[in-house]
Amino acid sequence: MRWHAVCREPDVPTDFGVAALVRGHTVALFRTGDDELFALGNVDPFSGAGVISRGIVGDRRGEPTVSSPMHKQVFSLRSGKCLDEPETRLPIYPVRCRAGVVEVGTS
Amino acid sequence: MNKTLVIIGHGMVGNRLVEEIRERDSAENWRIVVLGEEPYAAYDRVGLSSYMTESTAEELSLLTSGTREDPRVELRTGVGATDIDRVTRTVSTTNGETLHYDALVLATGSRPFVPPVPGAELEGCHVYRTLEDLDGIRSAAVPGTDGVVVGGGLLGLEAADALRALGMRAHVVEVAPRLMPVQVDEGGGAVLARLVGDLGLEVHTGVATSGAHAGEHGGLGSVTLTDGTEIETGLLVFSAGIRPRDELAEPAGLPRGERGGFLVDGNCRTEDPRVWAIGECAAVRGQCHGLVAPGYRMAAAVADQLTERGNAEFPGADGATKLKLVGVDVASFGDAHGTSEGALEVVYANNAEGTYAKLVLDDDASTLLGGVLVGDASAYDTLRPLTGTALPGPPEQLMLPATQAGGPSTGVLPDEATVCSCHNVRKTDITQVIASGAAEDVAGVKSCTKAGTGCGSCVPMLKNLLDEAGVATSDALCEHFSQSRSELFEIVRATGITTFSRLIAEYGAGRGCDICKPAVASVLASSVNSHILDDEQAGLQDTNDRFLANMQRNGTYSVVPRVPGGEITPDKLITLGQVATEFGLYTKITGGQRIDMFGARVEHLPEIWRRLVDAGFESGHAYGKALRTVKSCVGTDWCRYGVQDSVTMAIRLETRYRGLRAPHKIKAGVSGCARECAEARSKDFGVIATERGWNLYVGGNGGFSPRHAELLASDLTDEELIRLIDRFLMFYIRTAERLQRTAGWIESFDSGLEHVREVVVEDSLGIAAELEAAMSRHTENYTDEWRAVLDDSEKLSRFVSFVNAPDSPDPTISFTEERGQIRPEPIDLPMPVAQPGQDQVTEEVSA
Ligand SMILES: Cc1cc2nc3c(=O)[nH]c(=O)nc-3n(C[C@H](O)[C@H](O)[C@H](O)COP(=O)(O)OP(=O)(O)OC[C@H]3O[C@@H](n4cnc5c(N)ncnc54)[C@H](O)[C@@H]3O)c2cc1C
Ligand code: SF4
Repeated sequence: MRWHAVCREPDVPTDFGVAALVRGHTVALFRTGDDELFALGNVDPFSGAGVISRGIVGDRRGEPTVSSPMHKQVFSLRSGKCLDEPETRLPIYPVRCRAGVVEVGTS
Repeated sequence: MNKTLVIIGHGMVGNRLVEEIRERDSAENWRIVVLGEEPYAAYDRVGLSSYMTESTAEELSLLTSGTREDPRVELRTGVGATDIDRVTRTVSTTNGETLHYDALVLATGSRPFVPPVPGAELEGCHVYRTLEDLDGIRSAAVPGTDGVVVGGGLLGLEAADALRALGMRAHVVEVAPRLMPVQVDEGGGAVLARLVGDLGLEVHTGVATSGAHAGEHGGLGSVTLTDGTEIETGLLVFSAGIRPRDELAEPAGLPRGERGGFLVDGNCRTEDPRVWAIGECAAVRGQCHGLVAPGYRMAAAVADQLTERGNAEFPGADGATKLKLVGVDVASFGDAHGTSEGALEVVYANNAEGTYAKLVLDDDASTLLGGVLVGDASAYDTLRPLTGTALPGPPEQLMLPATQAGGPSTGVLPDEATVCSCHNVRKTDITQVIASGAAEDVAGVKSCTKAGTGCGSCVPMLKNLLDEAGVATSDALCEHFSQSRSELFEIVRATGITTFSRLIAEYGAGRGCDICKPAVASVLASSVNSHILDDEQAGLQDTNDRFLANMQRNGTYSVVPRVPGGEITPDKLITLGQVATEFGLYTKITGGQRIDMFGARVEHLPEIWRRLVDAGFESGHAYGKALRTVKSCVGTDWCRYGVQDSVTMAIRLETRYRGLRAPHKIKAGVSGCARECAEARSKDFGVIATERGWNLYVGGNGGFSPRHAELLASDLTDEELIRLIDRFLMFYIRTAERLQRTAGWIESFDSGLEHVREVVVEDSLGIAAELEAAMSRHTENYTDEWRAVLDDSEKLSRFVSFVNAPDSPDPTISFTEERGQIRPEPIDLPMPVAQPGQDQVTEEVSA
C-alpha cells in the first residue's frame, strides 16, 4: 500500500466534497460533521461523469451517504454501495490524516 | 398632498402607521414626515435579542423599499422632536428645524426603567432596548465571566439568555418571589425557575440589587444583592420594566395618564383633536400597553381616522404573551392571575417533566377566562382562541401535555371549536372529510376544507386529527424532517433560525440528505438573504446552486447570463460570442430569450464569469429554483400594435425578482397587447397590456402538465401590478410544497385561484403587508451571486477540477463536433459493477 499526500486537512470542508487526482484515479474526498474522512471513486457509475465529489452529503438511517448530483442515486460513504441499486458501487479508498495532511492510499 | 402628518418616533408602531396610511390614502391627501431619534430606521424590536448572535440590523429592519422611494414620505432618522407648539401647530427638532403639521401622532415608545441602585451610572451598566444598547453589551461582554441582569420578567430573561449566548455566566436578579411575576403564578414560577436554571442561568429571586461598585479601572467591578451575595462582574443590564416616553407632554401641555403616557381616548386621540398617541407611549383610557400587537391595532385605528374610513376605535387588547427562549416554553393569556370575581383555578403540575399548566375558569367552571402554561406551551394555540367561551370539555384534559406528535391534543376540542382561525374551519368540518375518506393526509384536509392554508399554524392540529382518526399521515419531507416544506418555512419564520444545523438539531433528526438540504437551503434563502454559498449553506445546495451554473450530462456546466426582458446591446452580444469562442463553448438561444453557453469546465467558471461580469452581465440563475426569465415582446417601442411599454415592464420585473429563491423555478412574460407575442400566458406569471393598464395572469406552465395562466386581476397600474406580483410570489414561496409549481400550488387550494385572489388581491388573511415587506427585504438585499464569488477567495477556491491539481482537466470529459460546435462525447460506461465478493476488492485496495 502506498499513501499519497493530497491536500491539507482544511482543504476538505465539512459536508462538502472535493475531487482529487491520485495516480490517474479521480477520487472524491469527503469529511462529515463528526470529522470522519472518506475517499471514494469520483466517477458516477450511472452517468460516467466525474461528479460524485459535488454531491450532497447526508445520512440514511444513520449511515453517512453522498447522493450523485447527476441522477440522485445515493451511495454509502463507508462501503461505496449504492443504496438505491445495491448491485452498483463506487470504489472506496483508504484515507487518513497525518500531521494535518490528508493522504489517500492505493495498492 | 395638501396636508402634513408629522409622526414623532419611528419605532415599530410609528412605522406601522406610515405603512397603514400609504396603504389607505389612495387619494394622496397626506404628506408624511417621520422623526426618529435613533440612527436606524424602524426595526423589529421584538426580535432584538436575535441581533446578539444571529441576525443583522438589516435583517431586522422593518422599512420596505416602497417607503424609502415613496415621494409622500419623508423619513428623518437621527432627528428627535424637542418641543410641540399646539397653537402654531409646529414641532421643533434637535437640528433646529420647525415643522408645521395638520395632524400630529406621538409614537415615542418607552424607555427602560432604571431602579435607583447606587452606582447605576457606572460604566458597564446597560439597558436593553435598542440596537445600540445591544452593540454596547456585546462589546462589553467577556466570555467566561459573570454578567448580571436586573429584572426577571420576559425581557430580563431574554437579556440573560443573550448574555449566556455571548459566553457569560448570567445571573438574573428578581425582587418578586418568582420569575415573570406579571404573567406567571407561584406554581408556574417554580417550574420556570427550574427550566431557566437548566439553561445555565443563575436565578436570584426575592432579592434586590443593593449596589453597583466600581472596580480597579473605575468601571463596574461588582454587584451586591440585598441577601449579601456579591457578584464580581463588569457587566450589568437593567431590564426592570419600562416607562412610557411622555416627556413631550409637559411642553405641549398635554395631559398624562395616572401612571404616565399620553392620555388618549378610545380613538387614541388626546384632548387636542389634531394630536394622537399610539404604541407604548399612549395611555389609552388611562392604560398603557407594553406589547406590539395592541400598538399595531392603534396604528390601524388612527390610519382609519386620518383617511376618513370611519371613526375606528382601538378595540383593546389582552396581554397574551409567549416567552421566546429556546427550550423554555411559557405562555399566559387572558385573566392569568384569576383576578375576576369568583374565578376558579384548575392546576396541573408535573415536576418530573417540568411542566405546569393552570386554567382560570369563571365561577361555575364553564367559561375559560385565562391560563398559564410553563414547560410545554403547545396547548396555547388551542386554548387562547377559547378564552371567553364555554369550556369544550373537562378542563384537565385541555391541559394535558401535547401528544407525541408534537401538536396540541385535539381530542378534547368540541366539534364546534375553530381549528383554523384564518378560514374559520371547525373541528367537525375536518373530522367529516377525514371520515368520508375524502382527505387522506394533511394536503387532502387542506384542499377539502382550506384549513391550514392560511398562516399554517393549525397544521399540527390537522395532523393530530388525522392521527386520532387512525389515518397514517406523511407530509414528511424525508426521513430527517417529519414536517413539510411549508411547515418548515413557518418554523424558520417563527424561530428566526438561520442555519440548517440548528434547524435539524431542533426540529429534525440525523444529518440531512439531498431532499431536505436543498429544500431548507431554499427556505433559508427566502428568509435570510445571505449568499447561497456562505459557510454552511454551500454544502446544502444542489450541484447547480453550488456551482452557480447548470450541470449537464457529462459533468460540465452551462452558463446563462441574465438578459433582462431579452433586451441586449450589440456589444454585449459580441462579448458573449468572444467568451464562447475563447472557452470553446456550445451556444444556443433558449426558449426564454437568453443565450446559453454549454460545456464549461468547473475550473473555467470563474474566468468565464469575470469576463461576463466585466461586460455588465449578472448571473441569470438558470441553475436555481429561482426566477429565471421575464420574456417580452417589443411593445410600444417598436410594434405598431403595442399599447404599453412591455420591454420596460419586463426589465423592471426581471430586475426586481432576480435572485428570488422559490419551491420551483419561476418564469414570466410580458406582452405589449392582446396579440400575446411573448406567450405570457404559458408562464408562472404573465402580464398582458390593455388600453388601461396591465392584466395579470398566474399559474401557467405547469411543467409535466402544461396549463394556461388564469386572470388574477385586470387593468392595473404599474405600481398595483408590482404590488400584486410581490404578494403572489411571496405567498407561493411561503406556502407551496417542495418542487410544487405555481399551477399545482393554486390547485392545492380548495377554491383554487379564488383563494389566491382573496389572499393576494383582497388581503383576506391580513398578511399582504408582511408579504410585501418580505419581498422588499429580498430586493434590497440582492447582490449578483457570480460577482460575490469572484470577490471572495475562499469561495473561489472551490472552483477547481482537483484539489491537488487545480487546473488539470478532468480526464472523463471529452467532446466531438457536430454542426460546427462541440458536443459531449458519449461516455463509455465500463461501470464498476459489483461482483459478489467486491468487498474483497475493496480490501485489496486498503491492504
Ligand atoms: C428585547 C425586547 C423584546 C421584546 N419582545 C416582545 C415580544 O415578544 N412581544 C411583544 O409584543 N413585544 C415585545 N417587545 C416590546 C415591543 O418591542 C414594543 O411593544 C414595541 O416596539 C412598541 O413600539 P413603539 O413604536 O410604541 O415604540 P418603539 O418601538 O420603542 O419606538 C419608539 C421610537 O420613538 C423614538 N423616539 C422617542 N422619543 C422621540 C422624540 N422625541 N423624537 C424622535 N423620536 C423619538 C425612539 O427612539 C424609538 O425609536 C420587546 C421589546 C424589547 C426591547
Ligand atoms: S404582443 Fe402586441 S405589442 Fe407585443 S409584439 Fe405582439 S402585437 Fe406587438
